Amino acid sequence: MSLNIIVLAKQVPDTRNVGKDAMKEDGTINRAALPAIFNPEDLNALEQALRLKDANPGSTVTLLTMGLPRASEIIREAIFRGADGGIVLTDRALGGADTLATSYSLAQAVKKFGNYDIILGGRQAIDGDTAQVGPQIAEKLGIPQVTYAEEILDLSNGTVTVKRRLESGVETVKAPLPCVVTVNGSAAECRPRNAKRLMRYKRAVSPSEKAKLSESEQAFVDAHPYLQLQEWSAAYVDADPEQIGLPGSPTKVKAIENVVFTAKESRRMDNNDEQIEELIKELIANHTIG
Amino acid sequence: MADNNNLIVYCEFDEGKIADVSLELLTKGRQLASELGVKLEAIVIGDKLDGVEEQLFPYGVDTVYKVEDKRLYPYTSNPHAAVLINLFKEIKPQICLMGATCIGRDLGPRVSSCLHSGLTADCTALEIGDHKDPKTGKEYQNLLYQIRPAFGGNIVATIVNPDCRPQMATVREGVMKKEVFDPAYKGEVINLDPKKYVSDTDFVVEIIDRHIEKSKINIKNSPIIVAGGYGVGSKENFQLLHELAATLGGEVGASRAAVDAGFTEHDRQIGQTGVTVRPKLYIACGISGQIQHIAGMQESSIIISINNDPNAPINTIADYVITGDMEEVVPKLIKYYKKNSK
Repeated sequence: MSLNIIVLAKQVPDTRNVGKDAMKEDGTINRAALPAIFNPEDLNALEQALRLKDANPGSTVTLLTMGLPRASEIIREAIFRGADGGIVLTDRALGGADTLATSYSLAQAVKKFGNYDIILGGRQAIDGDTAQVGPQIAEKLGIPQVTYAEEILDLSNGTVTVKRRLESGVETVKAPLPCVVTVNGSAAECRPRNAKRLMRYKRAVSPSEKAKLSESEQAFVDAHPYLQLQEWSAAYVDADPEQIGLPGSPTKVKAIENVVFTAKESRRMDNNDEQIEELIKELIANHTIG
Repeated sequence: MADNNNLIVYCEFDEGKIADVSLELLTKGRQLASELGVKLEAIVIGDKLDGVEEQLFPYGVDTVYKVEDKRLYPYTSNPHAAVLINLFKEIKPQICLMGATCIGRDLGPRVSSCLHSGLTADCTALEIGDHKDPKTGKEYQNLLYQIRPAFGGNIVATIVNPDCRPQMATVREGVMKKEVFDPAYKGEVINLDPKKYVSDTDFVVEIIDRHIEKSKINIKNSPIIVAGGYGVGSKENFQLLHELAATLGGEVGASRAAVDAGFTEHDRQIGQTGVTVRPKLYIACGISGQIQHIAGMQESSIIISINNDPNAPINTIADYVITGDMEEVVPKLIKYYKKNSK
């Protein structure tokens, strides 16, 4: 059985290294100013998708992402690792979206895509850590969701069997297709880039990237359809302007603050035996330990 | 918008017990409801709910909604979502709180999507306050301020849902304090007919197998925590922390960076995306002190930071700062504790 598999992915700022200039005045993220990476758990989801493809020859894996035009970088990355293609949903009108406006926009793109059997995505993205977009897309599409997936155990006869990793243990569930499955970081790591695919697809570009190329390079892309990544606009997916971007977001950022903790007067010492023994004695004397 | 509607907490119920996180939210919910002058309500969905209200009333709950059906336990997404969606259309709560657990984080988004109400995940504080829309100038009274670290914990954002109801938020276990409001408090019980709120077609996902094991790691209630960060350097060095914790009678915790690096298991993670702890002694080893970590341990009574870097951010909130290599300092702590304790 060949499957149409959609993988939802997000290009995220590397949140390990950000400063205050990373935020715009309206409290949304200034993505253009930050190093961007493939959201880690979306790679775990991609691996589950590629395994389904391996087990079901003739299947296709399509990456779907919403973001700035440069998000086509993660589509190329996914193609190098085995995905068949991808779509960047990109539009100024989509900017400033909260999770609800984001899931509406992505659900519209899924509807435009049409025929799909299963949608996979990471449990959550490291910039927001909300884990909301997957279940919200499932609701918008009117299909079931399976969250916290660690492994897809079986897909046959119109159902998928999934092992879920929960805070209190493990659960195995069976859901009818189509459905949304969100994958945990504890799932199998994504396979690396394939050298042959890298050679074949390294010149794959989106329309906005292609526009910046020389004429001869553009002609090359035109002559090789497999190098053409897709970019979809809000209008293309028939998105209601009232339900996308900032206007479509019920949550509003009221204030953003840098965190300042009350500093204590610390007692400082070096790795010095006497001082460490003194500290231990003190902690025992005041009943903190012992 | 005048809002006299109530505040409701979705309560998780397993093995005869309401989850701690739900009781913590009721404690916070009682405070917010009193401030707003509205009722505190709770909803429990599941099976064998006899007498569950007795666990809830002491937290100041005015109304307990019970929806009982054996198919509603264990939790699955669609049926529980259907109950909340249909009930909320009727009673129109102004605020709904849930635990940021595997259940709450699965259920909340589904409900908020259907009702088109905003949902804020993993709040670290909830307050009531006013808001003026900067663009339209429209003023709002008594909104729920949903305060949460964002962006890997580098900033704290205050989120509001001015126009949509309910205002929904999830909060992790341990973030709010659990406190009985009045042991003699009594509210009313409303038994809802499951057939009116959930249809057979909602039971689409079948649970084939369930292995629920309570985590053996109990950092939340440990009075002493020895926590390691990325600076610990390896799984092997984490063993040193286990030795120190065992010597002092404590537990081992970790920062997100240490968990992501595979030095230790996720159950030990402390911080905004892990557990919040308030031990009497917190020993931070090789933890630089990302805000998202500090948010989860800053209320510890005494904090000792052991770090190579004298300028590690965590040092500013530490009572004692030992500048040095944790591989050398930790064995000394063990040695001098053994020497001086009886």
